Amino acid sequence: MSNAAAEPEPDEQAEGEARIMTGTGAIARAVRDVNVDAVAAYPITPQTEIVEGIAEYVETGELDAAFSRVESEHSALSSVMGAAQANARTFTATASQGLLYMSEMVWWTAGSRLPVVMAIANRALGPPWNIWGSHTDALSQRDSGWIQLFASDVQEAYDLMLAGYRIAEDSDVMLPMMVNLDGFTLAHTMQPLRTVPRPAISDYLGEPAVPHAIDVDAPRGYGAFTAGDNFWKFRRKMMDAMERVPDVTREAFAELEDVTGREYDLVHEYRTDDADVAIVGLGTLAHEAEVAADLLREEGTAAGVVRPQLYTPFPEEEVRTAVADAEKVVVLDRSTSFGRDGIVTREVDRAIDQDAAGVIAGIGGQNVAYDDIVRIVGGATPGETVWFGGEIE
Amino acid sequence: MTWVHEQEDGQVQKGHPACAGCGMVLGVRHILAEASDDSVAVIPASCASVIQGVYPYTAFDVPVVNTAFAAGPSTASGVEMALEQQDDDSDVIVVAGDGGTTDIGLASLSGVLERDHDLTYVLYDNEAYSNTGFQKSGRTPAGARTTTTPTGRTGRQKDIGEIVKAHDPAYMATATPGDIEDLSRKASEAIEADGASFIHLLAPCPPGWNIATDDSVDVARAAVDTGLWVLYERKRGGDVRVNRQSVDALQDPDDVERYVEPQGRFDTAGEADVEILREQVEDNREKFAEHLEEVDV
Repeated sequence: MSNAAAEPEPDEQAEGEARIMTGTGAIARAVRDVNVDAVAAYPITPQTEIVEGIAEYVETGELDAAFSRVESEHSALSSVMGAAQANARTFTATASQGLLYMSEMVWWTAGSRLPVVMAIANRALGPPWNIWGSHTDALSQRDSGWIQLFASDVQEAYDLMLAGYRIAEDSDVMLPMMVNLDGFTLAHTMQPLRTVPRPAISDYLGEPAVPHAIDVDAPRGYGAFTAGDNFWKFRRKMMDAMERVPDVTREAFAELEDVTGREYDLVHEYRTDDADVAIVGLGTLAHEAEVAADLLREEGTAAGVVRPQLYTPFPEEEVRTAVADAEKVVVLDRSTSFGRDGIVTREVDRAIDQDAAGVIAGIGGQNVAYDDIVRIVGGATPGETVWFGGEIE
Repeated sequence: MTWVHEQEDGQVQKGHPACAGCGMVLGVRHILAEASDDSVAVIPASCASVIQGVYPYTAFDVPVVNTAFAAGPSTASGVEMALEQQDDDSDVIVVAGDGGTTDIGLASLSGVLERDHDLTYVLYDNEAYSNTGFQKSGRTPAGARTTTTPTGRTGRQKDIGEIVKAHDPAYMATATPGDIEDLSRKASEAIEADGASFIHLLAPCPPGWNIATDDSVDVARAAVDTGLWVLYERKRGGDVRVNRQSVDALQDPDDVERYVEPQGRFDTAGEADVEILREQVEDNREKFAEHLEEVDV
């Protein structure tokens, strides 16, 4: 159950008043507050609470949206894709196997240039069965044409949803958006949340306006058969649109700050100004690393944390600049690319002017606390990838 | 929008690249002619993905949302729910083949029927994966040669009608391009129906069935006259109503040889395969026997 729906008269609650919510509750609340028109979803742990929360909002009348309880993840995404083609503002959520089951439509939605927003409660892929956090689910879709943002706390999960719609629906972008939140460690963790009044969000987002929405007065084919003399042009336009995402994201973050007072950037930096050791990572683990950086500094190592909030397109220049003065760059990677280290490690390694030290840590529920991160940083070696778990005896 | 050579009676224009004698495009053209001008078509991977024309040209005079193989029903359900949310009463019509409907898209179809989205689903059934080179589908009949059953399909085709009927859709009907008047009336009923409706259109395929391009209509009629294909319709909660042509056929069917003989796809079919088809006719006679008296159409 979402704690969101139990709140009395949410519309009456004063802006700025903190409430306590889980990550999934914050996502559901954001869907309500951005006035989504159409939602389709299929249950999968740990995102299920998101759609349960939305169902409550819809059935209590707080959100006037069509809500389709579909028979599969594949249908969930194709359904909201169809709705977006009819100019609806749409949402779905998934995780893990569900995202892979959707994968065909992940690509179809991006190729259709439809600004669908989807929350991913990142979770390990099986086998073996495992319900806890990992990033490989979302990162496996890296090249599909979706923008990807990563949240590290409940407030970010909410705020990045608002920015997510703004970025995806920008006429210079028109690409779908994944808002990632770590399964359980963020999805099910309760933290304070300050919501934004709906009128302010409405001003911030405007109305959805898909330029190629279905128009019965100007019938066109969408995704029609296209030969080699034209197919590349569609891909080239997607590439160009993705290249505009960093600037559009900065603008979206700046205007969101005008509304909320909360500041975001493509890459969140913590004590990096004089850092000799830069710890790089996504989501909650990188947030936890800030505590580790403080500890390392107490022990005499000037450490800082570099946390990309935008993952696709990867903000290479910002990451390179953020770690430029560091002697060692350690990547905390909650993903695996077999034969190729961790996925994020590869991204960082390409972006920076030195060899990154990769550490595969915190996958599938492996517990990594801040004091563990202190030890990880000590043992990481540039140009190599090690496992936090060590060797298997 | 006005096109050169525009036809006044429909949404499918001349110049489409369908094969000569295509039973699908003949049937679909007449089905779409019953829809309003502000209809939206949704087409998953199939011959219909191709016969629209190659970008930047289209032969369809309605918006066509193309989608992945398994996603025809679900994509259409999303279009429908968004339009309903916008108080837009445009007709949403899925045009899908037998592979996309009865095999890879079956779960998605089941979901749409169960949720009862207000759309019309047209299954055009050429009884194989014709678009990819005529491979066997769940609808390929006994004995038929396909590129993945080079010596003929063994066993019986999937009874999609019973599967759909179990969902109790707002309206369902079978049709063939051998009787356009019947087809058009059923298309109109399906589009008008309040909820999910289903048209199962037999779609003779000259290259796949290895028949002459001017034989599609005759072969479709032979399917009815032999009792292999039963023309019927059913409204939600009501009885099946067998249509006049099939009442006559089921009472005194022509031998299935009339259907099998002209089709090259049955060249490798043996007597055992033909017997399976005859059993199918006998099963149809038994299954529909109680409905033969109730005909008024």
